[in-house]
Order: sequence, then structure tokens, then C-alpha cells
Amino acid sequence: MSTSDRDVVVTGLGATTPLGGDVASTWEALLAGRSGVSRLTDDWAKDFPAQLVAALASDPASQIDRVRARRLDRSQQVAVIAAEEAWAHSGAADAGVASERIAVVFGTGIGGALTLLGQDDVLEEKGPKRVSPFTIPMLMPNGPAAAVGLAVGARGGVHAPVSACASGAEAIRWGLDLLRFDRADVVIVGGTEACVHPLPMAGFAAMRAMSTRNDEPERASRPFDKGRDGFVLGEGAAALVLERAGSAAARGARVHARLAGAGATADGYDLVAPHPEGEGAARAIGAALRDAGLSPTDIGHVNAHATSTPVGDTAEAAAIRSAVGEHAMVSATKSQTGHLLGAAGALESVFTILALREQVVPATANLDDPDDDAAVQALDIVRREPRKASFDAAVNDSFGFGGHNIALVFTTA
Amino acid sequence: MSEDIQAGLAEILEEVAGVAPADATPEKSFTEDLDVDSLSMVEIATAVEDKFGVAIPDDELANIKTVGDAISFIQKNQG
Repeated sequence: MSTSDRDVVVTGLGATTPLGGDVASTWEALLAGRSGVSRLTDDWAKDFPAQLVAALASDPASQIDRVRARRLDRSQQVAVIAAEEAWAHSGAADAGVASERIAVVFGTGIGGALTLLGQDDVLEEKGPKRVSPFTIPMLMPNGPAAAVGLAVGARGGVHAPVSACASGAEAIRWGLDLLRFDRADVVIVGGTEACVHPLPMAGFAAMRAMSTRNDEPERASRPFDKGRDGFVLGEGAAALVLERAGSAAARGARVHARLAGAGATADGYDLVAPHPEGEGAARAIGAALRDAGLSPTDIGHVNAHATSTPVGDTAEAAAIRSAVGEHAMVSATKSQTGHLLGAAGALESVFTILALREQVVPATANLDDPDDDAAVQALDIVRREPRKASFDAAVNDSFGFGGHNIALVFTTA
Repeated sequence: MSEDIQAGLAEILEEVAGVAPADATPEKSFTEDLDVDSLSMVEIATAVEDKFGVAIPDDELANIKTVGDAISFIQKNQG
């Protein structure tokens, strides 16, 4: 296949998630149908309406040096863990890429909330002189991107898109543009989140956005199911290494998939509620398909954003139906991982890439009784077992509070 | 006396900056030899106050270049 400077490929993958401490264990757990969701046992959670979280499977302290970890917010620790895995996986470090040509785009939805809230406790209890001098670098939303940049020695620009739950996907789109415009030769992209704390939990619960199925943790995240009642907060990070196809081929890198196109739109409808027919989401998918030079019938698989909220899932089903059609195999992997907010789009891109590479579509857990909604009924949502299939192109879409819509199109290597 | 202070300081340096206790000797420069940056120096000053009851004002902190400087300052100001 001939390549042009617009062709961008994925040469490295990394993740630490509620299902596993790396990509291989996460993917294995996903296909095995395991759930990352559990009920909080902390005292503070006892009176909370929503007590479920998808906590990291692997403690970051076991993967990162203690002295390094104490200067990094938890969201930065997991970002670095995922990025270092992806970077090592890509082999790019040995390829002699000049540091001035390595860029980072790493998003987060919330930022260093644990540091902000933890240091506020210090301020209240001990006064201003006891607040850590690392408070600001640990809470700033560009902190994860900066920490990743330092970890891999990137000096070609470090960027931090912030678009709530679309942040991780937006980072990937941004990375694609940097390579197409020849701003860099290698870009580490991804998303991160770690905000399991009473305040974010209370805030999301106050929006009535979280599942309160506290007695059945593993069954709580149930996208597209009639009984869904909200999302489950997850934590973790995922990262990809992107390069132009020509330079990846020149260094003999293993290519896992092509990042063929991307689309971004805004709903312009409401600050948090999605457009009920998924109008903006459908436009994002359409834009990504045009960018990739593909038609809807080319798309074999969609990894849906599907967070398990009552209104979000039906709006997205309508968008997928109108922009892709009814033929594509749809997966909602948040049914097992929970919702990693700013990391979600990056993690689900990793899943989309692995689905393409391995030619297997993950199942949507807990989809016992699909919603009566016409679009949900019309879609081919894979459930019960992963499905082996032959397909060459797939879409991952992500949406964020604020009306942000991002769609990414990946194709086989 | 100064040995006790050196040992206490070494504990702080290990906790805050990962410096091996054997490396925390008086002639060592915090920035040049032990790779302790300015934000970590602020943390070290706070830990010194907790451990030894000696507050290090910012203008004094700027003059503390070596482990030996810190030991002398603590010795001089301990009640």
C-alpha cells in the first residue's frame, strides 16, 4: 500500500485500568468478561447514594518509584505508567528520534482533584505554611501531559486538551493533526483520570448521573440496557504512540492499526445534556468518515461512548444509526471498565485498535434487556460473548459535558 | 550532637528526595551533588521544623547550600 504524509499509524499502546495494570492484562480481562467495578468500603461512602467505583487493578505505587510518585498526583502517576508502557512498546526510543521532534498530547477531564482536595485539608488543618510546594504542579490540568513529556524526553511541544469525557479522544485527534502538519515525528497521546474522592462522587451523584445499584456492583454499568441508571466512576490512563506511516515503516516498527481520520463537533445545545437525537455526535462521526475517505458501509465496528446513563445511551444510539447505519457491531466496554472520564476515549481507542488487530469484537456486559428505544433496538450490539469477525475499519466516539463530540476512525494495519 | 542532626537530616533527605543516607554527608551540596531541587528544599525545611523544632526563614534557606550548612543552622538555632 502506498503511503502519504497524511497516513498516521499506531505503533505503541499502554494502559493501566480497573481491569489490569497493562494493556495485555486489561484486554484479557475485557474479553473474559470480568468486571472492574466494586463497592466502596470507606467510611465516608456509607451515606452516599452512589457507592460504586471501578478502581485501578494495579496500585500505581507498585509500578512507579516512591520518590517520583510523591511529586505526582495520582492522575499523573497513571498517565506516566501508561505512556511509558506505550513508549517502550513502540520501540521509538531506540529509533534515534530527536527530542525536538517528539510531542505529547495528554488530556484529563478533572485534573489533579485528589491533590487539590487533599491540600485543602492541609490548609484547613495546619495552615498555609504546611501546603506542599508541589501542590500547583500536581493539580494543574496540564500536569499529566507535562509529566509524560518529562518521562519520554519530549521537547517538540506538550499539550493538554480538556473537554471532560472527550479529553482522551481529543488528544488523539490533536496528535493526528500534529503529524499531518509535520509539527512532530512521534506523538504520545492519551488520557488520564483519578478522582475517586467524596467531592467528585457527590457532585456527579447530585447530577443524578451515577448508578445507585450499590448491591450489585458488577451489574451496575449496563449501557443500552433497560435497567441502566447511571455511570460508574472509574480511574486509570491509556496512551498511544502515533507516527507517520512512512517513518514507522522506515524504522521497521510494528504497526497495530492506522488512525485514518477524526472529527470534532460541538452540540451547541446544552451545557451537560446531550442533544436527544445525537445530532452533534452524528456530525462528528460523519466528519471522521469523510476525513478517512470512507463511507458508512466500510465501518465494521463501533466502540461506543455509552456510559450507562438513561439519556446519553439513546442519543448515541441514534447518532450511530444515522451516521454509520445498523450493520456495524457495537460494543460498550464501560460495562466492564466503568467510566474513566478523561481517559475513556484513549482506553476505548486502545480497545478499538486491538479489536481490529485481533479481529474480535468485545461483548457489552449486563445487556440483558435492551432498551425499547428504536435506535437501540436497530443496532447490532454485541453481547454475552466477544464476536470473531472480519472487518477493516472501526469507529471510537467520545462525548463530554460541555457538548464536545469526538469521533476517531481506525483501520487495519 | 551534630551526628544526631546529620542522621535526622539524612532521614528527611531519603524520605523527600530519595537520597541514600550514606550520601548525606556534610560536604555535599543539595543541588549539585544530591539533585535536590528548590521545591524539595521547601519540603525539607518544613520537615526540619517538625523534627528539630527549628524554623528556617526563606532568606536563610537560600544560604543553605550544603548538608553541613543545614547541620550548622540547626545546631545554632536549636533551643
